[in-house]
Amino acid sequence: MIALIIRRSYQSVVVMLVVALLAFTMFRYVGDPVSMMVGQDTSLEQREAMRVSLGLKDPVPVQFARFVMNTAQGEFGISYQLGRPVAEILSERVPATLELSLVAALFAMLVGIPMGVYTALHPQKWLSKAFLTISLVGISLPTFLIGILLILFFGVLLNWLPTFGRGEVVMLGGWSTGFLSGSGVKSLLMPAFTLGMFQLTLIMRLVRSEMMEVLLTDYIKFARARGLSNKAVNFGHALKNTLVPVITITGLQIGNIVAFATITESVFQWPGVGLMFIQAIGLVDIPIMSAYLVLVALFFVIINLIVDILYHVVDPRLRVDGSGAHG
Amino acid sequence: MSTSKQQPLLEVRNLRVEFPTRRGSLIAVDGVSMEIAPGEVLGVVGESGAGKSMTGNAVIGLLPSPGRVESGEILLEGERIDNLPYEQMRKIRGKRIGAIFQDPLTSLNPLYTVGEQLVETIQTHLDLSEKGAKDRAVDLLEEVGIPSARERIDHYPHQFSGGMRQRVVIALALCAEPRLIIADEPTTALDVSIQAQIITLIKKLCREHGTAVMLVTHDMGVIAETADRVAVMYAGRIAEIGPVAEVVKNANHPYTHGLMGSIPKVGHEVERLTQIDGSMPRLTEIPTGCAFNPRCTEKGPRCMVERPILEPVENSFVACWKFDPEGTGA
Repeated sequence: MIALIIRRSYQSVVVMLVVALLAFTMFRYVGDPVSMMVGQDTSLEQREAMRVSLGLKDPVPVQFARFVMNTAQGEFGISYQLGRPVAEILSERVPATLELSLVAALFAMLVGIPMGVYTALHPQKWLSKAFLTISLVGISLPTFLIGILLILFFGVLLNWLPTFGRGEVVMLGGWSTGFLSGSGVKSLLMPAFTLGMFQLTLIMRLVRSEMMEVLLTDYIKFARARGLSNKAVNFGHALKNTLVPVITITGLQIGNIVAFATITESVFQWPGVGLMFIQAIGLVDIPIMSAYLVLVALFFVIINLIVDILYHVVDPRLRVDGSGAHG
Repeated sequence: MSTSKQQPLLEVRNLRVEFPTRRGSLIAVDGVSMEIAPGEVLGVVGESGAGKSMTGNAVIGLLPSPGRVESGEILLEGERIDNLPYEQMRKIRGKRIGAIFQDPLTSLNPLYTVGEQLVETIQTHLDLSEKGAKDRAVDLLEEVGIPSARERIDHYPHQFSGGMRQRVVIALALCAEPRLIIADEPTTALDVSIQAQIITLIKKLCREHGTAVMLVTHDMGVIAETADRVAVMYAGRIAEIGPVAEVVKNANHPYTHGLMGSIPKVGHEVERLTQIDGSMPRLTEIPTGCAFNPRCTEKGPRCMVERPILEPVENSFVACWKFDPEGTGA
């Protein structure tokens, strides 16, 4: 297990370096960093001096090494537009996105998995058919449309929920949380539902098809022939085998939730990194864009690592422990 | 054995299993009757699709959907079990009727250790503590011939070879000391060298525990070695049922006769093995009269219209008009 984590960590480092190279290339070669930072009236000498002080005259590998070192320390440079360190802006924005993604992911899993199990166990019941119909809507309607419809109903017509922003946030150390205030929780509902809806339907359909397949296997038939209770067969034997492939897809989907929070954040004006990224693109704020790129890649790498570890916990066939088949 | 006065352990009367389809019902098992005495091994033999596995599935109440018992009765120790609600039948499965399936590689759940699967089964049927159940699991593994069982109990199925896995499956079937085991092709998926070991093991365990076995297989060799009596099935019906020595050496029914002639024998110079022309009819195309009539060399007009019934011939029962006083009409 330790060996696996170390091996996977090496791979993660390589992935992160490649992403850093992309981010660096973007930072260094998309436009001229100096002319982005200075005003129209800066003289050529001043520009040249700035170029030297920023190290832009150094050989490219040296610059890349410096970029990697800085990035690793959470130093992403200074936003062109806001004139503040990107790290500072990120630390304000990351909690909003992570809280939104966490709630959306939990919603998708805690609702999607039971719905999938139910539809697999009772394919003929009308409720299963209703779930499947609803899931078609969830899979085919674009996220922004669901978000706008929700705003229309619950925000504008019924006036139950706030239509934008995070509501009141409470600071816990350096982390701003919306979980502790009524308006924070209320503001979270619609964005989390919107963001989780697509993943929910995906997880539900995946669980359903995997479980229906597992229910046809010999070991399920044999478990029934041993007289095990329905509960033990369906949840002890069938569900556990269903979850092996589901873990992989769900893990990747959680990465997607973080990455694609951009759309939901734009619709609900949610002050997270996704909204920040969209605004940065509009303003060609390269440091923020490259920081976002590195950050999302980091989320994916961490989630993949967790998925790999979970996989080994669930499936004994992947654990190489030296005692193969014998006897 | 079947002729003795004691109550049979399992009694199947006129069992008919149907699979409703859009184009009418398929009859997989048609009017099958058989008895198994306590401790007896009954072989059920036939080609693929002869209904032998479906008979076994019907007895343990696990017919694949949409199959159902259309008519007939199944009695276990004199008590009807074919019409029990699911939950009551579940308590009989594993406890009073054990099952062994064909493929040991897929019969065990890959995500649980063999110990967990044994303990789970034992605790479902017997009132034992975790510790007691585990001790029993180790005993069972030792009994089925798994070396260093106390250590191997924490291993996962993929760490066992095919033959060893089938031993684990047998241990699982024996968990609650059932009086009857339905063994559906228990050796088919195994290497030939392992088959004999598994058959010997099943025979030995059943003798020691007094367990009766319904041994479903297409392998006449396995039947000849293991069974006390044999039922030969053809197109969902029983063609012949009787003591194994008699059926093997002295087959009465033309189908059984052909079947035995197709087995090569060591030490006999035979130019060609006999072969039954044609193939078993599909369930949708079973002819009227005797189901075997298109392939039978001894058929008469009566065989084409009237379905033969099982009639005693020496110590066996045979479904063939050849043995009827009125004959085949030829």
